[in-house]
Amino acid sequence: MAFLSYLANGISLGSVYAIIALGYTMVYGIAKMLNFAHGDVIMVGAYIAFCATSYLGLPSIVAILLAMAVCTILGITIEGLAYKPLRAAPSLAVLITAIGVSYFLQNAALLIWGSAPKSFPSLVGIPPLKLFEGQLIITGEAIVTVIACIVIMIGLTLFTGKTRMGKAMRAVSEDKGAAQLMGINVNHTISVTFAIGSALAAIAGVLLCSAYPVLLPTTGSMPGIKAFTAAVFGGIGSIPGAMVGGILLGIIEIFGKAYISTQLADAIVFSVLIIVLLVKPTGLLGKAINEKV
Amino acid sequence: MLQVNDINVYYGAIHAIKGVSFEVHQGEIVTLIGANGAGKSTILQTVSGLLRSRTGSVTFLGENIGGVPAHRLVQRGLAHVPEGRRIFLQMTVEENLEMGAFTQSPAGVPADLAHVFELFPRLQERRRQVAGTLSGGEQQMLAMGRALMSHPKLLMLDEPSMGLAPILVEQIFEIIRALHKAGTTILLVEQNAQMALSVADRAYVLETGRIALSGTGKELAESDAIRKAYLGG
Repeated sequence: MAFLSYLANGISLGSVYAIIALGYTMVYGIAKMLNFAHGDVIMVGAYIAFCATSYLGLPSIVAILLAMAVCTILGITIEGLAYKPLRAAPSLAVLITAIGVSYFLQNAALLIWGSAPKSFPSLVGIPPLKLFEGQLIITGEAIVTVIACIVIMIGLTLFTGKTRMGKAMRAVSEDKGAAQLMGINVNHTISVTFAIGSALAAIAGVLLCSAYPVLLPTTGSMPGIKAFTAAVFGGIGSIPGAMVGGILLGIIEIFGKAYISTQLADAIVFSVLIIVLLVKPTGLLGKAINEKV
Repeated sequence: MLQVNDINVYYGAIHAIKGVSFEVHQGEIVTLIGANGAGKSTILQTVSGLLRSRTGSVTFLGENIGGVPAHRLVQRGLAHVPEGRRIFLQMTVEENLEMGAFTQSPAGVPADLAHVFELFPRLQERRRQVAGTLSGGEQQMLAMGRALMSHPKLLMLDEPSMGLAPILVEQIFEIIRALHKAGTTILLVEQNAQMALSVADRAYVLETGRIALSGTGKELAESDAIRKAYLGG
């Protein structure tokens, strides 16, 4: 029974990683950059939701929508101010800028909300599910997280596969120059990608803090790095890859904590990443591009 | 329709295009021929807005288009089939064609698809296939079909014969003639001078970033200098 309980926790934590990883992977796929500030957007989303419920007394759903709106604007602003001027710059410059933005967001949060941890109220109003006569308890947060993850995954797959904008994103991700020659506004497409990724980050922030209710300015950084790992693990640039990578990573982390060592859990997670990359450098679902010339 | 006036294009410190001027009139096929590195593709990229000229001007349909971003020019009727085709390899044939119609209203897309499939029946057979699995000739057809989806007034083709077997080159040029007959104005860049001159109304010969010669296709095909330099004696 303990095993099933760990598995449920793993899938739930993994679903949060998956939602964050989707943001990483979409931005990487289209802008070909690693947005290391993505984890901190999660933290901002969680603080906004916290303020909306605790200070303004707004209902959960309004708080979540507000967090999504603020993060969307934040994402577009970060892209426009920090990354857009570097479109033609070497990728190292962009990477360093992203790390700078990450520190900026953490310190801005420190300035606004202080260093004392905030106790995050759960925004999920669903009672836990009791199975096997109460021996296995799955929390409402876990249920909502997994459902949210599945809905987002299906939504994004439909969006990139069926809509005009989604297809344009795939075109930009393959060849920016050719996409421009089709009449696609590449800068606009990149902004939309950042908007979607940041809105997802807000959802991830609320779900993460509902399950692990300590909110600090550094709350987003470790999940951000884990989710980045998940994206690479699953094959960066691939939407199903981010999903699979995130959930596997969550399960590995919880099992590592439960059966091996709490201290070593993170080390185990990153070791698995190294092994996967040694065996399959493109990640689990990443495909090597076979180009016919 | 298109006037290029004394443009100078640089890649960093390299002066790639040195004061080139030429024009394309409505209904013509004009070709730019020249050796590798003469600057042919650079000129097309400058016209389509992917590169900027430092001086000089480019006028399309009476308007100065210098500095207009590439994605805006598609709407105005300029289509550029780039060197190396640059189709979206991971998207299906049909999705590639839909991308070509990005600036068009979705209502007209089915009719345009039907028109492209009529020109290139092979693409219809493979419409659900991922473009990366197509042969070189089919990829060239897809690149041209994709450009036609935007209803171009001026179609710019960059080395459509590159890397293709002679029979496919014949086919591609057959299609270029057909498009021309149907009223499309074409600016053709080619290394295969013989083929290019055979379809062109007028031609310009480019040498290291400068126009060395110009004339009608027929004149240049018969000129001794051209024959020696490009047509193998």
